[in-house]
Amino acid sequence: MSSRDLILSKIKAGPLEAKNLPTIPEFEFEGDLKARFIASIQANKGEVISKEEFLKLLASGVFEKVYSHIEDFSSFTNIKITEDAHQLNDLNLAIIRGQFGVAENGAIWLEDQDMGLRALPFITEHLVIVLDSAHLVANMHQAYDRIGLQESGFGLFIAGPSKTADIEQSLVIGAHGAKSLRVVVI
Amino acid sequence: MSHPIQAAEFLQDQAKSKWHDETLWFVRDKRDKISKSVPEWENLRDLASLIKDNVLANLGSYLEEFEKNAKANNIHVHWAKDAEEHNRIVLGILQEKRCKAIVKSKSILTEECHLNPYLEKNGIEVVDTDLGERIVQFLNQAPSHIVLPAIHLKKRDISEIFHEKLHTEKGNEDPDYLTHAARINLREKFLSSKVAITGVNFGVAETGEFVVCTNEGNADMGVHLADVHIACMGIEKIIPKRAHLGVFLRLLARSATGQSVTNYTSHFRSPSPGKEIHIVLVDNGRTAQLARPKFKNSLKCIRCGACMNTCPIYRRSGGFSYESTVPGPIGSILSPGIDLQKHSSLPFASTLCGSCTDICPVKINIHEQLYEWRQEITKAQPDRAKSLAMKIANGVFAVPFAYNLSGNLMRGALKILPDSITYSGLNTWGKQRDLPELPKESFKDWYKKNRK
Repeated sequence: MSSRDLILSKIKAGPLEAKNLPTIPEFEFEGDLKARFIASIQANKGEVISKEEFLKLLASGVFEKVYSHIEDFSSFTNIKITEDAHQLNDLNLAIIRGQFGVAENGAIWLEDQDMGLRALPFITEHLVIVLDSAHLVANMHQAYDRIGLQESGFGLFIAGPSKTADIEQSLVIGAHGAKSLRVVVI
Repeated sequence: MSHPIQAAEFLQDQAKSKWHDETLWFVRDKRDKISKSVPEWENLRDLASLIKDNVLANLGSYLEEFEKNAKANNIHVHWAKDAEEHNRIVLGILQEKRCKAIVKSKSILTEECHLNPYLEKNGIEVVDTDLGERIVQFLNQAPSHIVLPAIHLKKRDISEIFHEKLHTEKGNEDPDYLTHAARINLREKFLSSKVAITGVNFGVAETGEFVVCTNEGNADMGVHLADVHIACMGIEKIIPKRAHLGVFLRLLARSATGQSVTNYTSHFRSPSPGKEIHIVLVDNGRTAQLARPKFKNSLKCIRCGACMNTCPIYRRSGGFSYESTVPGPIGSILSPGIDLQKHSSLPFASTLCGSCTDICPVKINIHEQLYEWRQEITKAQPDRAKSLAMKIANGVFAVPFAYNLSGNLMRGALKILPDSITYSGLNTWGKQRDLPELPKESFKDWYKKNRK
């Protein structure tokens, strides 16, 4: 017998009582979605800035190598993007657009088309996600309602920069992935 | 070695064990605060528990549905009945790809299967990429906590090992500095690995996708730069529908570390063009646990670690004292199912205070199962160490005269016994404790005098 069949037969041999799946109710959300979203991002050690602030930051020249995956900022792209993510190792800033944000925890939903290369939001030194303030949901239930059964090969919630507290519980930002997350709310 | 002996060793360094205790309580406290900010918290725990009941009642059909959908998404699905087969499957993939070095993100399952030593024996370099796991790997240790792998170490220890392995400045204990050094070192490993291994937090039957949660982004750094992604998943990690992720993700990070969500929650549904995803579905004792009506609820666990953070025994004895991959209360009901002989002292490493049950996001009746395991173990091993004391106690409690006499003797003796005897190594309960002030007379004597 294959291990697959062995495992399945052992499961089915057990005493199994029928248990129905519960229905997930609609949980109410009180307060302002945008204010809550901003507070959540900040709690995750991200930052929320306006488009003007971001343009000023870009103009200051702090980011040497920039890649924008979206039209709005494509004039700032100054590297050639290839199929090989390893080439992005010295990328200083990636700009992408998020599909929607979740107020209760600051998570922003992205799919393959939003990233181009899946490694992009991780390998870049700094990350900017542009998000339409009309595209906010209250909680994770609404988030998955909105995602539905979309078939992207990769889906990702990003809620903040790469972080760790593995050394004596001291929070350090910038473990392996992006050292900062700025969300440009438009 | 039994839990009490290991725990005694941990308590040798009093300052460190006090720090361990307080730090984990701080994490527990953060969990309390954030859970209270979600008005429907208790509803979510109920929902999670009910969904998991349904999973355990239909595990076979959900696994088949998951397999069918994953295969349709070009994911290779493997099945392993035990740890040995799991390790063989992983090695087989690595050999086929002629891969000599891999990066691995946090996976408690691969710890359970002892994958690292197996691969190393077969000439493959394994690099754990979660910072805490990297630290304990440098020290040739196992993680002492499933969410906080290096919680038993102080920054002094980490600074020393980083000085040796990564040539950081001697004596520099700054967490920012040390983390940055690890970042640079691991970046090279990420860029050069052709195969990356991850664990799995949730597998979704409806879509054939699986979800991995990290704060560091190390799982994603590994898999998106590699050609092949191997995901190792215990069969109990299945959930029926994508919508159920909403329930579990709201509970997981809040219970684990008191944050609202991990900074990265990755959903793997199909490989990028030209790449491969393999998933290994592992039994390794899970079907046996499923067949035990009293203990099958332990399979609901989503590995948040909250029961460890709250447990008065775990906090004061450290993860290593359990000598099991998953320590703490949940480990003490999972491990005896795998090896009753080896783990027979674990269900006794509890005060049965029930704090673990109160905090568990999927409402596992942990302390009741600990109590049940004690019954099983006492049946299986009637001569456990405690039995002599229990026999004496049985005799004393059974005869009223002996009870009265012993009470008088004790009140007399405790006053005059020197501390050297009370707190000697023979008396386990004397450790870390002071005896209470003794009443001059027994309740019975007092009652006789006052209620004539």
